[in-house]
Amino acid sequence: MSTQKNFEEPSYLDHKGKYKGIFSWILSTDHKRIAILYLFSLLTFFAIGATLGLLMKLELIAPGKTIISAQTYNAFFTLHGIIMIFAVVIPGLPAVFGNFFLPIMIGAKDVAFPRLNLLSWYFYVTGVTLVLISQFTGQGPPDTGWTFYAPYSFRTTGNMLPAVFGAFVLGFSSILTGLNFLVTIHRMRAPGMTWLKMPLFPWTLYATGWVQLLATPIIGITLLMIIAERTLHIGFFDPTLGGDPILYQHLFWTYSHPAVYIMILPAMGAISEIIPTFCHKTIFGYKFIVASSIAIAFVGYFIWGHHMFTSGMSGTALYTFSLLTFIVAIPSAVKVFNWISTMHKASIDLQTPFFWAIGFLFVFMIGGFSGLILGSLATDIHLHNTHFVVAHFHFIVFGGTGFAFFGAMHYWYPKITGKMYDSRWANMGLIIFFCGFITLYGEMFFLGMKGMPRRYYDYDEIFHTGNIFSSLGAVVMYFGLAIIIINLVSSLRNGAKAPSDPWGGKTLEWTIPSPPPVENFEEIPVITKGPYDYK
Amino acid sequence: MKTIENEKNHIIPYKTFLYVLAGLIALTLTSVTLTRISLGTLTVVIALIIAGIKSSFVLRIFMHLKFENKMFSRAVIGVITLLCAVIIITLLDYLNR
Amino acid sequence: MTHRDDLASKTGMWLFLFTEMLLFGGLFIVYSVYRYRNPIAFHQAAQELSVFIGTINTIILLISSTTIAMSITAIQKKNKKLALSLLGITIILGLAFLVNKYFEWGEHFKEHIYPGSAVLALRGHGDILFYGLYFFMTGLHALHIIIGLVFIMVITFSIKKDKIDHENYVLLENSGLYWHLVDLIWIFLFPLFYLIT
Repeated sequence: MSTQKNFEEPSYLDHKGKYKGIFSWILSTDHKRIAILYLFSLLTFFAIGATLGLLMKLELIAPGKTIISAQTYNAFFTLHGIIMIFAVVIPGLPAVFGNFFLPIMIGAKDVAFPRLNLLSWYFYVTGVTLVLISQFTGQGPPDTGWTFYAPYSFRTTGNMLPAVFGAFVLGFSSILTGLNFLVTIHRMRAPGMTWLKMPLFPWTLYATGWVQLLATPIIGITLLMIIAERTLHIGFFDPTLGGDPILYQHLFWTYSHPAVYIMILPAMGAISEIIPTFCHKTIFGYKFIVASSIAIAFVGYFIWGHHMFTSGMSGTALYTFSLLTFIVAIPSAVKVFNWISTMHKASIDLQTPFFWAIGFLFVFMIGGFSGLILGSLATDIHLHNTHFVVAHFHFIVFGGTGFAFFGAMHYWYPKITGKMYDSRWANMGLIIFFCGFITLYGEMFFLGMKGMPRRYYDYDEIFHTGNIFSSLGAVVMYFGLAIIIINLVSSLRNGAKAPSDPWGGKTLEWTIPSPPPVENFEEIPVITKGPYDYK
Repeated sequence: MKTIENEKNHIIPYKTFLYVLAGLIALTLTSVTLTRISLGTLTVVIALIIAGIKSSFVLRIFMHLKFENKMFSRAVIGVITLLCAVIIITLLDYLNR
Repeated sequence: MTHRDDLASKTGMWLFLFTEMLLFGGLFIVYSVYRYRNPIAFHQAAQELSVFIGTINTIILLISSTTIAMSITAIQKKNKKLALSLLGITIILGLAFLVNKYFEWGEHFKEHIYPGSAVLALRGHGDILFYGLYFFMTGLHALHIIIGLVFIMVITFSIKKDKIDHENYVLLENSGLYWHLVDLIWIFLFPLFYLIT
């Protein structure tokens, strides 16, 4: 597709609207500005969460107390989990890249409900603020883990209420984003863009929107029940009052398992955009990728019990959940097959986003396979609540969503900022980050198999060497992250001017200027071809 | 996107609503009476079936689903089915402990 | 400047209703489990609720759903006065429901039956769970009645000021949808708490 000619309209960054200064950002209903608001707040919270992680790893570099107390360690892993899950990877790609690019990729000027979009950002910031407040008020920060398991979550003297309520508020943000995207995709696709001509990133945002909409309310009500338990002694999860703590786990995971598909589906969508672009070849098996996204969202709803294999559930529940868990791996495998098939006999342009994409494939596969080991009942008995689980979810969530987020960041940076970054520093940062990542989390598989429990402040001497490797990996990874982020920040000032289409992409965002004008398109395009029409 | 107002919208006559109300009240009183006299576990099943019938009237007439794009009805059925599936799977644990 | 898309607005409202269905759905999950585990206690505790008040409240909500549905027909037929009257009746009926609830709950409180009370704790697990669910679910439902009434009042003012009329009434429809959902939830709460005797 040819580039639209430059027209007079200023970019969304230079646009002078009703408000001035900071208010032109925090009162803006432009989806692109809201995406940037999310980006900056998300990266801030990520920095907090990552620092907590680093401090935890430094504590674990030797048995016994190293730098913090046991209670502080418990508070740290709790806050690390709450921030990373609820404030980073769940909003993650949808809130940043979905907000910025969904309307553009479907040929629209904004989302269906722009004011609701801004409201969802307000909910986001409010929710995280409440969570952070829990650290500094009451009788000590929460120490239950991000999973808030009953009965400890209503017995602990830790400051649960702001943290739990903060998570509740964050749920609203997620629901509103999903709702907005669903209506946008249904009602605002450009003329000629049938469902099967829509690019794959919007498709994953669609599947994700349904999960956000239908799963989040369950954790909403569950968190309210925890608040009722703490304040009213209502008894739902208190065995002394007739309640069942396992029911809490059922309710919690009925959301929190589909939540991981909120994390990974848009990530897979971004990878599905990056690969065809740098292969200069249409994606292999477009319809299968669409179908697999929907299948993952659907089947993912029924497998939550695999987090509870050792909790005391009935035997019937155990094998039902294990079987369904294995089934959900199939559509993911379909995607991996299709991505690799796209690369086969392609003319590959080795750029930073593509390196992130193949890094994603590598770590996602490891995370996925380790998931099958955990999904199998007999092996899970030994591995549940060990570092094996910690390794699994960091490979698949940090490796999956995280790598895709950084890939998307490097892919769409020229479009968002109008600048090119230094790809040598970007690649160097990636390599250092990758080496640190593999060491940090790979070692955890072995520690887990040897029996080291998770969420433990102290450990037996036999785990010491492994922990040294792992913790050093954390330091290296952190260093790589710093290079990546500093490069992106400094390129804002020093980067070369970006053209409309630096990579040779075919989707609609590459037909408009970098950075885009406020209303995205001078004229809404009429679509006649599929999204990856390379010839 | 072009301006889309309500397409020459289908107007439901007042009488239709009143007939449906009469039916709903009748069903309510029926379920109260039946549960007074009825037997064991069947009571709940009957009460829930009647509740289901009342709901379908509210959904189809009051909430206009009968006259909307079929997509809406399918979504409602989908959501209700999803909720039932989650309840059933959860009970799979409790029924077999 | 921005084109109006009523279908998008209605779709958004339906999607929001789905979240409400799942929100209460979580409580229905809890109800199912504890009802299964404590059948006799639930059966007996239900007898302490007034079927009479419950039935009246059910009928109140059914009538209020009828009146708000009819108000849409009235607006479509350009009968602003009738629409406003019907919405007025809807609001009054909603308030009547809340007043009934207030007295109902008051009776329980007089007997020292409420979540966390010592009296309730002495009665056994089944009763604690029954009343816990009763207060939480009817309480959350009452909160939604209040939200619905506020929404309807705002819409009523908009109609008075002619911001909503026979050519632009999707907000009235949306407030109706929300109100019907509140009615639907009660249609299930009523048998599950009052009629399982």
